[in-house]
Parts: sequence; C-alpha cells; structure tokens
Amino acid sequence: MTELSKTGAAVGEPTGTSPAPTSFLEVRDLRVHFPTDDGLVKSVDGLSFQLEKGQTLGIVGESGSGKSVTSLGIMGLHTAGQYGKRKARISGEIWLDGTELLTADPDHVRKLRGRNMAMIFQDPLSALHPYYTIGQQIVEAYRVHHDVDKKTARRRAVEMLDRVGIPQPDKRVDSYPHEFSGGMRQRAMIAMSLVNNPELLIADEPTTALDVTVQAQILDLIRDLQKEFGSAVVIITHDLGVVAELADNILVMYGGRCIERGPAEKVFYEPRHPYTWGLLGSMPRLDREQQDRLIPVKGSPPSLINVPSGCAFHPRCPYADLPKDNATRTVRPELELTEAGSRHWAACHLTTEQRERIWTEEIAPKL
Amino acid sequence: MLAYLIRRLFAAVVMLVVIVMVVFGIFFLVPKWAGVDIATSFVGKQADPAAVEAVRQKLGLAEPIYVQVWEFFKGIFVGRTYAGGGDVTQCAAPCFGYSFRSEQAIWPVLTDRFPVTLSLALGAAVLWLLFGVAAGVLSALKRGTLWDRGAMLVALAGVSLPIYFTGLLSLAVFSYGLGWLDAEYVPFSDGIGTWFGGMILPWVTLAFLYAAMYARITRATMMEILGEDYIRTARAKGLREGVVIRKHAMRSTMTPLLTMLGMDLGALIGGAILTETTFSLPGLGQAVLNAIKNQDLPIILGVTLITSVAVLIANLVVDVLYAVIDPRVRLT
Repeated sequence: MTELSKTGAAVGEPTGTSPAPTSFLEVRDLRVHFPTDDGLVKSVDGLSFQLEKGQTLGIVGESGSGKSVTSLGIMGLHTAGQYGKRKARISGEIWLDGTELLTADPDHVRKLRGRNMAMIFQDPLSALHPYYTIGQQIVEAYRVHHDVDKKTARRRAVEMLDRVGIPQPDKRVDSYPHEFSGGMRQRAMIAMSLVNNPELLIADEPTTALDVTVQAQILDLIRDLQKEFGSAVVIITHDLGVVAELADNILVMYGGRCIERGPAEKVFYEPRHPYTWGLLGSMPRLDREQQDRLIPVKGSPPSLINVPSGCAFHPRCPYADLPKDNATRTVRPELELTEAGSRHWAACHLTTEQRERIWTEEIAPKL
Repeated sequence: MLAYLIRRLFAAVVMLVVIVMVVFGIFFLVPKWAGVDIATSFVGKQADPAAVEAVRQKLGLAEPIYVQVWEFFKGIFVGRTYAGGGDVTQCAAPCFGYSFRSEQAIWPVLTDRFPVTLSLALGAAVLWLLFGVAAGVLSALKRGTLWDRGAMLVALAGVSLPIYFTGLLSLAVFSYGLGWLDAEYVPFSDGIGTWFGGMILPWVTLAFLYAAMYARITRATMMEILGEDYIRTARAKGLREGVVIRKHAMRSTMTPLLTMLGMDLGALIGGAILTETTFSLPGLGQAVLNAIKNQDLPIILGVTLITSVAVLIANLVVDVLYAVIDPRVRLT
C-alpha cells in the first residue's frame, strides 16, 4: 500500500487530501492495479485530469494503455465481474460534482451510475442483452432511477429512440438487438445511456465496431446530444480522427499514465511528446502524398507488470539518447507545462526547445 | 413462434416413425440375419419343432418383412390380431405384443411401471435443479472461497460415486441404521405419505449424482456469463447486483442447463436402472433389466420405444422453452 499511497501526480496538480474541487469531474492520481498470477498489473498508475460540463475530453492511447480501465474506474465498474478474492485495487480520488466516488458508499455510487454518469460501450451487440428487447432494456435503465410505471417508461424509451434517429421507434422498441444493424444498435445503446439525462457520459470506443459510414453519424449524434443535454463527455479511443472531431481537450495515455494533455488544437498541431508524434504519424490520411509511408511507432506497448524504468516510452523512443546522464532510463518524467501560461502539458526528458525543433523540422513536414 | 412450434411438432412426428422402424429393425430383423430364431427363443431351447412352427405362424414371423412392419405399426396405433395357426388373440390398440416369458401383454406392464419411473425422475429432477443450480450459482459468485472449494469437492464426489454405492450407503444409514425412512416402495394410491417416504431415498440418491453435474455446469456457465459485456452494461445502468444476477445472468445461464435437462430427463424416463434396482422400485428400468436377463424381446422393445418417445418429447419441450428464453432461436 505504501506504493499506492505515494503521490506520483503531475507537477502543479493538487494531491492528497485537498478540498473538493471546483471542476465537475476531477480525477486525482488515479491508480487501478490488478493482482494476477504473474504480478501486479498497473493498468492505471497515477492519472489526473479535470473536465467541465459541456466539455469533451478525448483520452487517446494504444490497447492496454489504461484508457478503458480509467473509464471503468470512474463508473465504479473496475471490480465488476470479479468474484472471489483477487479484486482490483483502486486509489486516488474521483470527484464527480462535489462527491468523492472512491470513498462514497457503494450503494450511493450505484445510484449515481446510469443516472448521473452513463457509459456507451464499444461493441453494442455484446453490450446489449440478447434475450431482452431494446425497449425492455431502455425501460429497465429508466425505471432503476425513476419511480414510474412501465407505460410511462416505455413512452420515454420510444421518445429516446426517436431522438437518436431510429425510424419507426414505436415499432422498433419491441425489436431484439440481433434484429438491429450495427449502427442502429449503437444508437439504441446511446438512447439507453442518455435516458436519464446523465451529466457525465463516457463513450468507450463508441465507433470502433462500426462501419466507417456509420461512424461519422454516431459521432455527430454524440455531439448533438451533448449540446442538447449539456453533459460532460469523456470519449475514449485509439483513433485520433474521432477525438479531432469531438474533443475540446485531449489526454494521451501511455503505460497507464498521462504523457501529454492539453487543448485539442495544441495536442494536434503542436504535440510535444515523441509518442504523440508516433500516433499522428500512424494515422492514415487521404491528403497525404502516395509515396509517403505511414510512420509507425516501433516496438510493442509496454508490459504493465514490469513497466520500463524511467520514461516508460524510452525503449520505443527514437530520441531516448538525447537527454544527458541516461535520464530517460532512470528518472520518470513528470508532466510539465510546455509553455508558461498555456494549458498544454507533456512528460518528456527532452527540453522544450529540442522538442520544438524536432517537431517543426523533422516530424511535421512528413505528416 | 407458432410456425416454429408447428415445424418442431412435425419434425417430432417424423422422428417418431423413424424410431419405430429402427427399433423394429433392431429387434426383429437383426436376430433374423444373425441366425437367431425368434420363434425358438419364444418357446424355449428344447422345444419340439411343431410348437416352434405354431409360434412362428401365430407371431406372423413367416410373413414377408413389409407385412411384419405393417402389422407392427398397426399394432401400436390401432391394435392387431394374432390369427396365424389356429387360435385367435386380439391385442388392443397400443399393442407391443406379449412377453415371451410371462405371456402378459406388454402395454399394461409398461403403463404399470411407467408412473414409478416418471415420479422417480421428476422428483429427483426437482431436487437436483434446486440444489445443483443454487450451489453452482453460489460457487460462481464466491469463486475461490472455502464455500466454492467445499461445494466443488462435494460435487466431484457426487459425480464419481456410483449410485449403487451412495444408494446402499443411504439405505444402510437412514433405513436400516437409524430407521428414519422405509425403503419399501408403496404405490401412490396406497397413501401419499407412505409413498413419499419410500421415494425420499431414491430421489436424493439419484439427485445427488445429477445435482453434482448441474452444479459444475452452472458454475462454469455462470462464471462465463458474468464476464459478458451485457452484464457490465446492466451494472452500468445502476442495477442492484442481485438484479444483475437474477435477471441478466441467470437467464443466460438457463440455456445450457435446459439442454442438459431435456436429455437427462428423457434418458431417465426410459428407466433409471441402477436406482430402481438398488431400491427395488418396480419401474421401467427394473423391468428392462429382468427382460435382458431373460431375453424377453418384446419388453425390451417396448421400453426402448417408451424411452425414445420420452427423449423426443423432452427435446420438443426443451426446443419450445428455448424459443421462449432466447429470441434468436425463433428465427431459425
């Protein structure tokens, strides 16, 4: 526990038992560790961020970077499905609208789930119960938090299906998930998530399982609904195109930690971390010249049991040898402002000048 | 749903006809090809040829095969007349012939014994479903705990210990030793209390074996289902854990259990030979065991047909329940 209680939080971040924050959602030094036979899997290891109502935060990273576990941790679902002794360990603070969720009564958190915070999952086919109609599932989600009769709840379900653009909602409400197309299912999933007007919506890879043509529609829908309901949205994805479309702020995760975050346009146009450069370089673009190849990030994601020492990205970083005294291999870089007064943070041993030079001279021209 | 039902019913009827033909083939044609003369085995080994010939005529064994099949079918559905070779015997509607040994008609034997086996199977099924499924669900929810390990150990014992061991042990302890329960079978009509008392040990013994299997399957299925995405969705809605388990996880867990139940019940209704023999229950299993010892072909044939029909009906019921539980089945 000593390791868990150590605060490796970002510089300039409030840590420890500080007063309730002013942000709508504030995560402080979140750690989610899973004990396994092979060792402790540190899926999330010291993550902090804030999110205001009406804003969208995009969390970006590879598979296994801890982005989904973060979202499950906020929802209080990180231990869900874990029966028996080996439960996930979570520490840090998650403040939602003035309530700290990790120390709150679990039954209170359960009541917040679905009503104040809701989630959209990646694969709507497996995330919907195959034996119940879409209507039954939406009605259930509504009636958990509202003491209304089935008729009223059903009317609400039809209304929501109509709102998310499902044709003939009064008929389709009685369909089963397998009778819907992939896009329709995700719409139904969104309708179910929004049935209680949640203030926080977490979308975990909401378009990954969908056709390209449907992806844009779903993203548009999420954006429209956010405007309508004024919710805070966390969108989790490995697809930078998705966050470019939606996010106000971007948080890039690597090996369970945040390595860069800031306003979307900053992270997109002036990224200050070699891993973010790699992500941008791996994104296929139609406007790119044909002879240009993608620039993949070499190597594979880090083990979350034995996270590389120093900077977790150093084994894959082409610039790992630039900083002096072997710092990349021994010292873990903390998040630092890229510019005084900006809201753009990056955790890298390279100096700001070095990174600015590499980005403008070597990386940006190739993108 | 109705179309599905009709399709299944139609398939069941076709299956029934096929079963009757296969069973007939096995019991009347195979011995013939194997050189075993049914008439001789009817009369006995040291019979005089005239008696054998008389039996052959009476049973119609000299007729061409298609006539024999037709007569057999007719016997089952409208009754038949054994008129060959002099005296005439009327055999009324569900006619499965006569026992080679006791010369009793088969059908009354089956109807006498069927309720015993049925009550044994159904009573045991209620017990094993209750205890097996409950133990399995609890084990899945308390995975790795002392309870889980204990329950799975008992289940392992249940699966491995044969009925004639657990049955005799329970008889020795509860009937002969403590004298709590009578090991005697008493027909239902002779008093529901005494009947119930006599059935408790057979039920528990039979249920122990099946409960063990069901507990293991339930545990494995439940654990798998609890990892499903839609269970996470149910939790994300803010449902209480109890509702998540009962309404979402249990419903999916029922599907494989139902499949097993259909097959197990069907097979048991054809006779739980070990249980019936251990507890001297006059059921189909006991009848067929005696028939095998005495080479009493018509009884074996009758029980086989009853078993097949029971499996068929059980599967039909399972298929219908399947469609009720899983909407995706209704399409196919």
